[in-house]
Amino acid sequence: MADGYVVSNKYSGRYRGNQIWMSLCMAATFIGLGMLALILGALFWKGFAGLNVAVFTQMTPPPGSSGGLLNPIVGSLIMTVIGVIIGTPLGIMAGTYLAEYGQHSRLASVVRFINDILLSAPSIVIGLFIYELVVRPAGHFSGIAGGLALAIIVIPVVLRTTEDMLRLVPVQLREAAFALGMPRSFVIRRVVYSAAKAGMITGVLLAVARISGETAPLLFTALNNQFFSANINQPMASLPVVIFQFAGSPYKEWQDLAWAGALLITLTVLALSTAARALSTSRKK
Amino acid sequence: MSVAAHPEKVTVRDLKFFYGSNLALKNINLPLYDHKVTAFIGPSGCGKSTLLRVLNRMYDLYPKQRAEGEVLLDGKNILDKNQDLNVLRARIGMVFQKPTPFPMSIYDNIAFGIRLYEDLPKSEMDGRVETALRGAALWEEVKDKLNASGLSLSGGQQQRLCIARSVAVKPDVILFDEPCSALDPISTAKVEELIDELKTRYTIAIVTHNMQQAARVSDYTAFMYLGELIEYDETSRIFTSPKQQQTQDYITGRFG
Repeated sequence: MADGYVVSNKYSGRYRGNQIWMSLCMAATFIGLGMLALILGALFWKGFAGLNVAVFTQMTPPPGSSGGLLNPIVGSLIMTVIGVIIGTPLGIMAGTYLAEYGQHSRLASVVRFINDILLSAPSIVIGLFIYELVVRPAGHFSGIAGGLALAIIVIPVVLRTTEDMLRLVPVQLREAAFALGMPRSFVIRRVVYSAAKAGMITGVLLAVARISGETAPLLFTALNNQFFSANINQPMASLPVVIFQFAGSPYKEWQDLAWAGALLITLTVLALSTAARALSTSRKK
Repeated sequence: MSVAAHPEKVTVRDLKFFYGSNLALKNINLPLYDHKVTAFIGPSGCGKSTLLRVLNRMYDLYPKQRAEGEVLLDGKNILDKNQDLNVLRARIGMVFQKPTPFPMSIYDNIAFGIRLYEDLPKSEMDGRVETALRGAALWEEVKDKLNASGLSLSGGQQQRLCIARSVAVKPDVILFDEPCSALDPISTAKVEELIDELKTRYTIAIVTHNMQQAARVSDYTAFMYLGELIEYDETSRIFTSPKQQQTQDYITGRFG
């Protein structure tokens, strides 16, 4: 005791253990983030090289000549909008049912369970489902079928975030609204929704981010279109499908366009995620 | 004071209340006199808040809660199945323990409840909002920022905003569920002053853990314990010469 700090074997063992453990954690972080940095680096490097005004103004070219991505950009926008317009109200209303009306009912727990499955269902299965439901009876691929497939991906995402966000609204706020003599639907639409607004919008943004990169459900539904088409009853080009087709081709021009398209999608998703993040932090004030 | 001058606004008769199979109120009988303040005191879990939540049937929101017996509002039983709950709650307003302004502007917080029942032109609505805010002694503090969010106010101001919101729909009765327990002493004094003023126009019931507060603001006091009404009388008598030993012990702080 007299000489104070005698570093015991036990302590130095622990100290070494701590060092090793910390290095392992840091190594894991570097490997994970390093991969991401490499992917983003390659994407930005090659993507910006392929990016020019023609990308936004010209159609996808035939093999061996130059062109742009106007038709898949417009196609992606149209189908994403269709998916959001159909999927969002369904998701919000179903989420409202789970959080506000059905809370403890048997039906609600079944719906919640099915929704969880849908949330993690492989998107190619959803593409096949719409293929059987819409494409086969109609006899041709179409933009509307693509939009429907995306809507089915939107529903569970929006449903889940809506339910979670509504649950965060304090019971006292609901009771205060009821205490003024408000009918239930009014309490939900005017008070609870406005309290949960930022979170619900975040959910929709995340759903958009999710569907803007989906390829598999569009392969069987919207297929592709080499020409410009805003007709949702016709096959429609989309960025992910064009990337899929062009990236695997042997033509330099197509490969460059694939890189540019991938960069566009990534930037879009990045912007959406940032917006969602900003919204969910602004909610706390 | 004669009973005739202050008729019973609300009469609670043989009221029993259940949380599931758990009996929380056992045969409660008491009146709330018109234009008087009635305070409910008692230790936590004695059922005073439960009783308050029966009066505007707030318990109806929860499937496992039910009440038996009668609660008469102007002679009509509000526990009746056919009672329209929205109309009832517009007539019997409630102010909660934690201030609960809606996530919207100060103006809209007040106008919101009014719009439920009346379509008023803008100028008239402005007048109603001002009257309500003046009635809650908040007007001077917020008149220049009616478009600011209700959540931007201080706790005491938020609570007065909630009182203004309740007053704006012109209720007959206002229920206060520990309205000051989240407020500082100065805000508390303001709310108490307000309650004193409000009783000239409304019948008031207040649940409080603060015995001095009950003594200050109320005309009648009910002492409850373990779901039973132990004693009910004029406040001055409850605090000076209670008839029950339990009441005596509770108000002198020797309870337990």
